[in-house]
Amino acid sequence: MTEALAPFQRLEHQSVLFEDGLALDCGAVVMPLKVAYRTYGRLNAARSNAVLVCHALTGDQYVAERHPLTGKPGWWEAVVGPGKPIDTDRYFVICANVLGGCMGSSGPPEEMTDAEGRGLGRPWGTDFPSITIRDMVRAQKRLVDHLGIGRLLAVVGGSMGGMQVLEWAATYPEMMVAAAPIATASYHSAQNIAFHEVGRAAIHGDPDWKGGRYWEDGRIPAKGLSVARMVAHITYLSEAALTRKFGRKLRGASALTFLEDVFEVESYLRYQGSTFVRRFDANSYLTITRAMDYFDLASEHGGEVAAAFRGSPIRFLVTSFSSDWLFPTVESRALVRALNAAAANVSFIEIATDKGHDAFLLDEPVFHRALGGFLQGAAERAGV
Amino acid sequence: MPDSSAEVRFVAKNMRLDLRLIADMVAEGARVLDIGCGDGTLIEHLTREKRADARGIEIDMAEATKAVAAGLPVIHGDADTDLAFYPDGAFDYVVLSRTLQAVERPREVLRQMLRIGRYAIVSFPNFGHWQLRWKLLTTGRMPDNETWDRKWYETPNIHPCTIRDFFALCAEEGYVVERWLAVDDKGLKSPWKRSPWLANLFGEQGLFLLRRG
Repeated sequence: MTEALAPFQRLEHQSVLFEDGLALDCGAVVMPLKVAYRTYGRLNAARSNAVLVCHALTGDQYVAERHPLTGKPGWWEAVVGPGKPIDTDRYFVICANVLGGCMGSSGPPEEMTDAEGRGLGRPWGTDFPSITIRDMVRAQKRLVDHLGIGRLLAVVGGSMGGMQVLEWAATYPEMMVAAAPIATASYHSAQNIAFHEVGRAAIHGDPDWKGGRYWEDGRIPAKGLSVARMVAHITYLSEAALTRKFGRKLRGASALTFLEDVFEVESYLRYQGSTFVRRFDANSYLTITRAMDYFDLASEHGGEVAAAFRGSPIRFLVTSFSSDWLFPTVESRALVRALNAAAANVSFIEIATDKGHDAFLLDEPVFHRALGGFLQGAAERAGV
Repeated sequence: MPDSSAEVRFVAKNMRLDLRLIADMVAEGARVLDIGCGDGTLIEHLTREKRADARGIEIDMAEATKAVAAGLPVIHGDADTDLAFYPDGAFDYVVLSRTLQAVERPREVLRQMLRIGRYAIVSFPNFGHWQLRWKLLTTGRMPDNETWDRKWYETPNIHPCTIRDFFALCAEEGYVVERWLAVDDKGLKSPWKRSPWLANLFGEQGLFLLRRG
């Protein structure tokens, strides 16, 4: 593959190729299907200690190790690792880059293929088919099958990862003992779709996006993607967290001069935007935000969330965070009530925090104790 | 399904008396919902000793979190609002231990319990106990003791009732009292236990096993 195919630095990722491809909800087939993934810990002899971690919108498979592109620690090292709540000394942890992503799985930056699976020498770009959360889950299921695991001990994820957890539980209930959807909901709300649309509009409005064909001249729509990230980043925080971190502090000044003053919070957001464009593909961002917006578990099950889980053998842990206004507690509570209506085995707690939606990624000891205990309880009952 | 014997066969250390008595009323392998389950002591006991499928609801987040961290299926929720979401007959037993007096609408909670469960097990502190009556009579002030330990203006126990009050409510609602017992503050089951009048005077707690009529 040439450099021109990819606007950002290409890396080799551990992956598996399924030549027969994947049939998508939209009717299209992605052939072949590539799933990039990482694993941590050891699979036991009974193959019963596997935990699948599902990543969020801009996450990837590098959960608990230095990221090969950014050099930063894994995105969930607070939770996944030796002695951590998802204990890699005990569990075999799997994380796959989602379908539509840009860290090696089939997605917009990968080489486009025709109906026979032949490479066309250009990236998919915006020609990558529309995907759903369920398509992402089906791709992960292929990986789990490939690894020879008949039943996962748990599927765990936050935000969009939590949507995948719910979709896993609804689609493959016999393939898992426990499910932990975190800071998520059974559908993407109008407000969340609205914020996504602002981000997409920023990308579309960047002349460097070139109708999605920015790969042709090796440029990236950095301005648009960066604005999309800045808007999204605000939704991941809370007012209290922004006030605590930045308040009205100015950068390099103690009082307003009215001459190009920059608030700390502005500078922080610009930094977030500028680093993001170096690790994420704009067309992937468009594809994945759409998949989140399409997500509505009830509509897949006759208008009732409970119908997705009736008779489910799975033990659920639903967790929300008090200052999360992107996926507020009220949506988690609605999910819990639907699980109760389905007579499912469910635990639910709301963690008190001012860190907003991002709290699920951060140092939240109470959350970590609860998640660790829940997994341990599931493992004991499953005889792991 | 309930055991015929009212004797306590298993005495778990450090478990509240009424929880031990409740555990004894639950049949092997039953589906149980414990409302106001605290840190999940009863759930854990029922799971381990009775192989029950036991779950809980707790209104105090810290307690609910403790239970979840212990691997127990507990949701943070409120008896007054959350029971309505369970389907009919989802459980064999629905337990409400020392919580009835603290809910907003005790009668509605009982109705919900007997909708979602075949049996309801209810324990509550008896406001008819002679010491409470004596304090009210002699001092003219709201009684306070170990159970009623908060001032009237801040007590969570907004619906206190007596054992006879509870019998009356069951009769009104058409519930069958399958078993009942009263215990004094030492946890002794005394000879007066078969008389509602005496139990109402000497019983510190009432414990009832109900089913729909």
